Amino acid sequence: MSNLVLKYTVDAEDFTRAGEASSDVKGKLKRMGVPPDAVRKVAIAMYEGEINMVIHADGGEITVEITPSQIIMILADKGPGIKDIDKAMQAGWSTASENVRALGFGAGMGLPNMKKYSDEMKIDTVIGVGTTVTMKVNI
Amino acid sequence: MEENFTNSVRLDPDLCMGCINCIKRCPTQAIRVRNGKAHIIKDFCIDCGECIRVCPHHAKKAYYDSLDVIDRYKYKVALPAPSFYAQFNNLDDTNIVLRALKLMGFDDVYEVSAAAELVSELTRDYIEKHRENAPFISTACPSVVRLIQVRFPNLLEHMLRVNAPVEIAASEAKRIAMEKTGLPAEDIGVIFISPCPAKVTSVKSPLGYDKSAIDAVIAIKEVYPKILPLMLRSMNDSTELSHSGKIGISWGASGGEASGLLLDNYLAADGIENVIKVLEDLEDQKISHLEFIELNACAGGCVGGVLQVENPYVAKAKLKQLRKYMPVAKSHIGQFMPCNAYIEHEIEYKPVFNLGENFADGLKKMEQVEEICKRLPGLDCGSCGAPTCKALAEDVVRGVAHEKDCVHLLREYIHKMANDLGDI
Repeated sequence: MSNLVLKYTVDAEDFTRAGEASSDVKGKLKRMGVPPDAVRKVAIAMYEGEINMVIHADGGEITVEITPSQIIMILADKGPGIKDIDKAMQAGWSTASENVRALGFGAGMGLPNMKKYSDEMKIDTVIGVGTTVTMKVNI
Repeated sequence: MEENFTNSVRLDPDLCMGCINCIKRCPTQAIRVRNGKAHIIKDFCIDCGECIRVCPHHAKKAYYDSLDVIDRYKYKVALPAPSFYAQFNNLDDTNIVLRALKLMGFDDVYEVSAAAELVSELTRDYIEKHRENAPFISTACPSVVRLIQVRFPNLLEHMLRVNAPVEIAASEAKRIAMEKTGLPAEDIGVIFISPCPAKVTSVKSPLGYDKSAIDAVIAIKEVYPKILPLMLRSMNDSTELSHSGKIGISWGASGGEASGLLLDNYLAADGIENVIKVLEDLEDQKISHLEFIELNACAGGCVGGVLQVENPYVAKAKLKQLRKYMPVAKSHIGQFMPCNAYIEHEIEYKPVFNLGENFADGLKKMEQVEEICKRLPGLDCGSCGAPTCKALAEDVVRGVAHEKDCVHLLREYIHKMANDLGDI
């Protein structure tokens, strides 16, 4: 059986549209009959990643592959890259600007939550080139 | 009572013109136009009544009991909804309405707003004892409960376990009437005067408990003209029948239930589309640190119900005036606990929107949906009878529609056929 692949372009121009891709994926997973707990994990992990792409990386591309055993999310951006991954993974650590914090974002929980809600997470980052985060959620 | 009662929003096929107003506005995409008439998909419908509001031909009807249901019982008790008081002009005393209900033929009244004050007290206590499970989602609006049951399985654990005021009011009313009259339960009719059809469904097929304590549900809009002429006579009387104050009455409009909890960190959303947005955000954990979530399917809260008479916002203003000089509350839990204070069993997820029998099947069908969507024009015009191109694609995969129900695809197909014929 072939796997279902969904592709999204995350546009950073309009901040209020952030979260549309994860919301669409959530709706589709529910209709497919993915167990509610896995749907929740994907929705939260992907939403955090999507917001990160908007805040830090001027948008990017998200590919979601749904296989009979897992959901693989690949979030690729051409942003500045993550300087210190260990620090970025610490809860509460953030480089977000005051403006972003004023909107209620930038609490430093993005990456920690992505790790918490995915069963596997890998970050490939090159300074000045971009970041690709791959997250897997088992079904 | 009908067997397998599932919906109280129904269609009158004689009045239906087969237009697309209702299919476009239904929040759960539960309506399709087939062969020139609208059809409500029962499993998808949550009885919110949006289609009743938008149908220009009045083809959508709410099902409820007729007024003569009262005559079936030896002793009848009226249960007016809190929002009922908001229908009257210049009302400064709820006793006038309650006495008028007795003049209309009821033997007694039990205010739902009185039970609402008990529910507020029970909820305050419940939140205090179960803080770790916060936020709690109100279960007073039956459409919201049904929506969560079919669309938000991850939120079921946050549903408040306290029963809805009208159920507690009904069981209390029955108990009091039996004590007063000595009559058996079946001779006593506990009749709810309802703002909406969703309450009818929750009585006929309850969620969270086995049997409703309510015997019949009649519509506010039918009772209203009957008691208006009795109001003057009622004003000359001075019998005190009221058992509720500010907290109980406030339940009639959005924000009322939450304000009765004396908490600061709550959210109150009304209007079904707004409710869905809040539930989506709640599910994604975008909303945190809140203890209580009050949700009402109708804009304005119960004052916005489709069985009401007054404009919801005017009604809300009237409610504010009415409660101005009322005591905070008149009903308290005190010595006894209502027998049905809490719901009896967990509400289970009903995945009615699933495309397949299981996940493997669902995955396969979602691939087909995506393929069909690529061929459809993406105009969401509704001409095929489904609300969106995506909904049509899902219907095709479910085997209940055909791709060529799309008028645009059909036109292309006919063009191609004509060209092919020309080539021969």
